[in-house]
Amino acid sequence: MTVLARGGRPPRTPPVNLLGGPALRRAGLAVILLAACGFPLVFTNQQVASIGVDTLIFVTATVAWNIFSGYSGYISLGHAVFFGSGAYTAGVAARDWHITGPAEFALLPLAAVVAAAIAVPFGLIALRVRRHTFVVITIAIFFIFQLMAFNLSFTGGTIGLNAPFLLWSPVTFDQRFFYIALVIAVATIALSWLIRRSRFGLQLRAIRDDEDRASGLGVRAMRVKLAAFVISAFFTGLIGALWFFFIGQVLPDSGFDPIFDLTVALMAFLGGLGTAAGPVLGAVILEPAQQYLTQQVNNSYLSQILLGSVFLLVILLLPRGLVTTAGERITKWQARRRQAAAGPAAEGAQPGSGPGTPDRLGADQRPRGGVR
Amino acid sequence: MTTKLVHAVVNGVLGGGVYALMAVGLTLIFGVLDVINIAQGVMVVLGAYLSYALSVHLHLDLFLGLLLTVPAMFIIGVVIQWAFIRPLRGRERTSMSLLACYAVAIIIEGILYWAFGPNSITLKASYVTSSVHVFGFYLPYIYLYGFAMAVALVVALYGLLYRTLFGRSIRATMQDQTAARLIGINVNRVAALTFGIGVAVTAAGGMVFGATSGGINPNSGYDLISRLLAVIILGGLGSIGGALAASVFMLTAEAIVDIWQPTWSVAVFYAALVVVLTFRPRGLFGRQEARAQ
Repeated sequence: MTVLARGGRPPRTPPVNLLGGPALRRAGLAVILLAACGFPLVFTNQQVASIGVDTLIFVTATVAWNIFSGYSGYISLGHAVFFGSGAYTAGVAARDWHITGPAEFALLPLAAVVAAAIAVPFGLIALRVRRHTFVVITIAIFFIFQLMAFNLSFTGGTIGLNAPFLLWSPVTFDQRFFYIALVIAVATIALSWLIRRSRFGLQLRAIRDDEDRASGLGVRAMRVKLAAFVISAFFTGLIGALWFFFIGQVLPDSGFDPIFDLTVALMAFLGGLGTAAGPVLGAVILEPAQQYLTQQVNNSYLSQILLGSVFLLVILLLPRGLVTTAGERITKWQARRRQAAAGPAAEGAQPGSGPGTPDRLGADQRPRGGVR
Repeated sequence: MTTKLVHAVVNGVLGGGVYALMAVGLTLIFGVLDVINIAQGVMVVLGAYLSYALSVHLHLDLFLGLLLTVPAMFIIGVVIQWAFIRPLRGRERTSMSLLACYAVAIIIEGILYWAFGPNSITLKASYVTSSVHVFGFYLPYIYLYGFAMAVALVVALYGLLYRTLFGRSIRATMQDQTAARLIGINVNRVAALTFGIGVAVTAAGGMVFGATSGGINPNSGYDLISRLLAVIILGGLGSIGGALAASVFMLTAEAIVDIWQPTWSVAVFYAALVVVLTFRPRGLFGRQEARAQ
């Protein structure tokens, strides 16, 4: 269990530094953050600006999804439940309490708390079963929620709900939404990173590697999984409400959208499931590409076929995601360089034994550990 | 009241037959390959559209058309497995195959939109609209034929699994892939053929579904797959008889609830699933999950 050796403290073998040393890494992060802050000031074109907000929404959703599904290995295809619940909570509250104008943003925490509260019974039911069945249960619960949005009286039925109107000019509108989304995204990413480094994150990854063994070692599996599920739902609901304010309307099949679940999963897989940076990267690459395709290709069916093909290519060519694959390359390259420097004496020193062994025999013989 | 109830039960049983046709392939594929073929819903729709094209352009009878669509879908299934499922390896294999199947589903959906447009279609034939009058009920012939075909196909699958050498290698692969490989079974071939068979059976299910559901469009696959998944989980993953029983159970329950609560009858599917799994996580007829994950 190499994974247990990597706790909050660094293990004996030097960790992979994708961006060089810690100073370089900090500088890189600062540059990325500055560039993100400058984005809406540079691109005032409305189409581009709204793609920026959409991207941040999906960054948050994907990172939140990854906190649960990526770290624990339980693939949820029901996170749209939280996204939609967040949107509907904000919509219903704004309508019934007659909230208008910018005051609507005060509803964001409420939406997040409601989504997190929904996650408790949802998780208690769904997390009792093992992985395959879990995927299907999340889909089933998702459809129950979509049906409720269609049929319950307070949701507005097929007409859906409208967000309070904001008297902002189009440019201000996009800019302000961009910064709010950016704050939420950064907070979510920071939390995801902290969780990954913490004891809690270690327990989650131990569950992912081998749940029975993790339980044997004293991890309270159900409690840990449920906690991650609730945290994940909290941020998904939060960003769902923001999305609702941004779009201005929620319908049962736009709030509870099966495509949402799969898009988020694809983004996380593309970047690197279970890594901290992967989901961000996946969302930043895919969401603009998708929006661009929809805007440029007139034939929406063609863009759908293209999206599916890209999706297949990613799965076949980069099965472990960009960040993980790049990490392995760099580790190998560093090892080779170190070996060359140390001469033939240092033979056999292979840091971060790569999970590269092809797994031909199925789940029982999974390689354990590895750089993730 | 009693008449309504009996009618609901009869409808449920016959409709269950149609669902069994669609669900059997899904459960077989899962049992052998450990792959949740989320594209199965779109495969049903594809099968229906193929039958539709044959009946509209070549004026072929729906059941005769199956002689063409079933082999075609078999080939499609084998190709999908060979090209997109077989190359997947490693720990994340099941989740990856789920996503690969989803990608296949959205590609097929896009192609169907392109070829046939977004409007709903229904399959037409004399026996779809006419019905037989028994004990005061009107039963459309298509339901009777569809149910007969479902039973025949399930029996045929059982025969294949339990009476042939190939079926024995399928069952061996289901039980333990490593051991099956060790005694000389070509696991890759078994997997490809099983995927093909699972998809081919769906062609028949798609035809009957297209004729009985009152209109399908390329988008119908999503709603369908979630119901089929509910059916196979309730029946126990990998259990063919369980899939048939669960289909009949679910459709009957839905039809009975529909008498009082038409709005919420759709939710019965998912509610039943949640309730059953809360008390019996392996489904009604499932074996204990022996595999590590």
